Amino acid sequence: MNVIEVAGLRKSYGDLEAVRGIDLSITKGEIFSLLGPNGAGKTTTVEILEGFRTRNAGEVKVLGFDPATQGHASREWRNRIGIVLQSTSDAGDLTVYETISHFAGYYSNPRNADEVIQAVGLEEKSKELIRSLSGGQRRRLDVALGIVGNPELLFLDEPTTGFDPEARRAFWSLINNLRNDGTTILLTTHYLDEAEALADRVAVINHGQIIEVSTPDHLGGRSSSMATVTWRENGELKSIETQNPTALVSSMSPQFAGEIPELSITRPSLEDIYLKMIGHANE
Amino acid sequence: MNKIPSALNLGLRRGALEIKQFTRQRESVVFTLLFPLILLAIFGSVFKDTIAPGVTFSQYFVAGMVASGLVNSGFQQLAITIPMERDYGSLKRLRGTPMPVASYFIGKALLVFVSMILQVILLLAGGYFFFGLNMPADISKWLTFTWLIILGTASSTVLGIAFSCVPKSGRGASAVVSPVVIVLQFFSGVFFIFTQLPTWMQQVAAIFPLKWLTQGMRSVFLPDSFAASEVAKSWETGKTFIILLAWLIAGFFISLRTFKWSRD
Repeated sequence: MNVIEVAGLRKSYGDLEAVRGIDLSITKGEIFSLLGPNGAGKTTTVEILEGFRTRNAGEVKVLGFDPATQGHASREWRNRIGIVLQSTSDAGDLTVYETISHFAGYYSNPRNADEVIQAVGLEEKSKELIRSLSGGQRRRLDVALGIVGNPELLFLDEPTTGFDPEARRAFWSLINNLRNDGTTILLTTHYLDEAEALADRVAVINHGQIIEVSTPDHLGGRSSSMATVTWRENGELKSIETQNPTALVSSMSPQFAGEIPELSITRPSLEDIYLKMIGHANE
Repeated sequence: MNKIPSALNLGLRRGALEIKQFTRQRESVVFTLLFPLILLAIFGSVFKDTIAPGVTFSQYFVAGMVASGLVNSGFQQLAITIPMERDYGSLKRLRGTPMPVASYFIGKALLVFVSMILQVILLLAGGYFFFGLNMPADISKWLTFTWLIILGTASSTVLGIAFSCVPKSGRGASAVVSPVVIVLQFFSGVFFIFTQLPTWMQQVAAIFPLKWLTQGMRSVFLPDSFAASEVAKSWETGKTFIILLAWLIAGFFISLRTFKWSRD
């Protein structure tokens, strides 16, 4: 059974149609990433799945329950879900450990607070007040609170905003470990490299509709797209787009004595493909 | 697989956490707890007359201060801090967990109750040692005092939660809530002798719980002979109980209906 099943989802705010017929199925144990510009309908969609918003039309099942009408099952349902919201702050008068161990007490089968603190790399801040944490450290605390309940399904909304590159790498390996434990993850992100590093599948959403669902390396025909070969010849930078970069380089190589100056072969990055897709959708 | 903790269990844990957070905000702890004593000192030095045989103004004023304490640490405190928690997003985060709303309410009630107890102890001890306050000797008066504190705390808590949906933002909450409380204090006979207020003010005040809490506290701290000087020539203890209970029940249902976890 799919962990998340969405069909024909619609949501309007007054005259504005934020979500215009979205279908999604997310299977157990996968990391699924939602990509899209601001205002595309990502957050609305995710908040409907999290049970924070109502919808106008469509079928939604999350862990087998409709988030809008789970009623008495609500606590049982929330017990199986972890949510990392886009931005949360608080007065910060508690320590990291106090906060995490308190939240652990909400769940039937929580992770050990110290293990969670270690997993997000906050060991040294464990006894510090939250108000003394940096932005990136607070974000890691948010993630810790999202995973402390040992969720089957984890929602991550822009999780690494404000992280330095090292912290992002550490966070990625944390998420990979969660996947290895069988956690299903719905990741919303602005960072294309993050989606590429983590996601099994990505969906690009724009103007309230899904444009494409694919694996990161196949999105927008990326795997079959042209490669660009670039080199310097007579002081000028030259480049050719080709389906057969290997043949091109071998044919060129006799003309140069030894190395071809500044040679590079690139395929479009996920970001290039994504921007092209969003651009098309805007026209 | 273990069971999810009960709502009461989580409510007690929330209470412990709220109290811990409260005690770490040193400025607000000192201010909240000492403010009634400071007011007592000011009013006690300004109004030195006795208002009835054996009843000083300080004695009259203490009853009003204890009643106001219930409104300040419950209604006012919650109606200001809950919108701030809502702005911070900490309420939305709680909503995403299996913690039920009942536990959140219980936690707030415990916080109000504990800060109320501390406040009363400081006020009465300070009043007794520095301002010649007479303590009631009769055990039945302390019983009245106890149910007034419990009923007052509970209704003040639910009304504070109910009113927390009124301020648009945490930043503006204090400007919306404080005037309501101050006007109620003037109308309810906290700062002045109730019977000396214009009749229309007395009638408006009689709708709200603070007047009844204040009158109830007077029945605790003033001699029974003073009952004849009240508007109804009596302490109206039974009526006080019923009106406070009605506010508690109304506040509870309103707060359940209007409570918002996030701004939108």
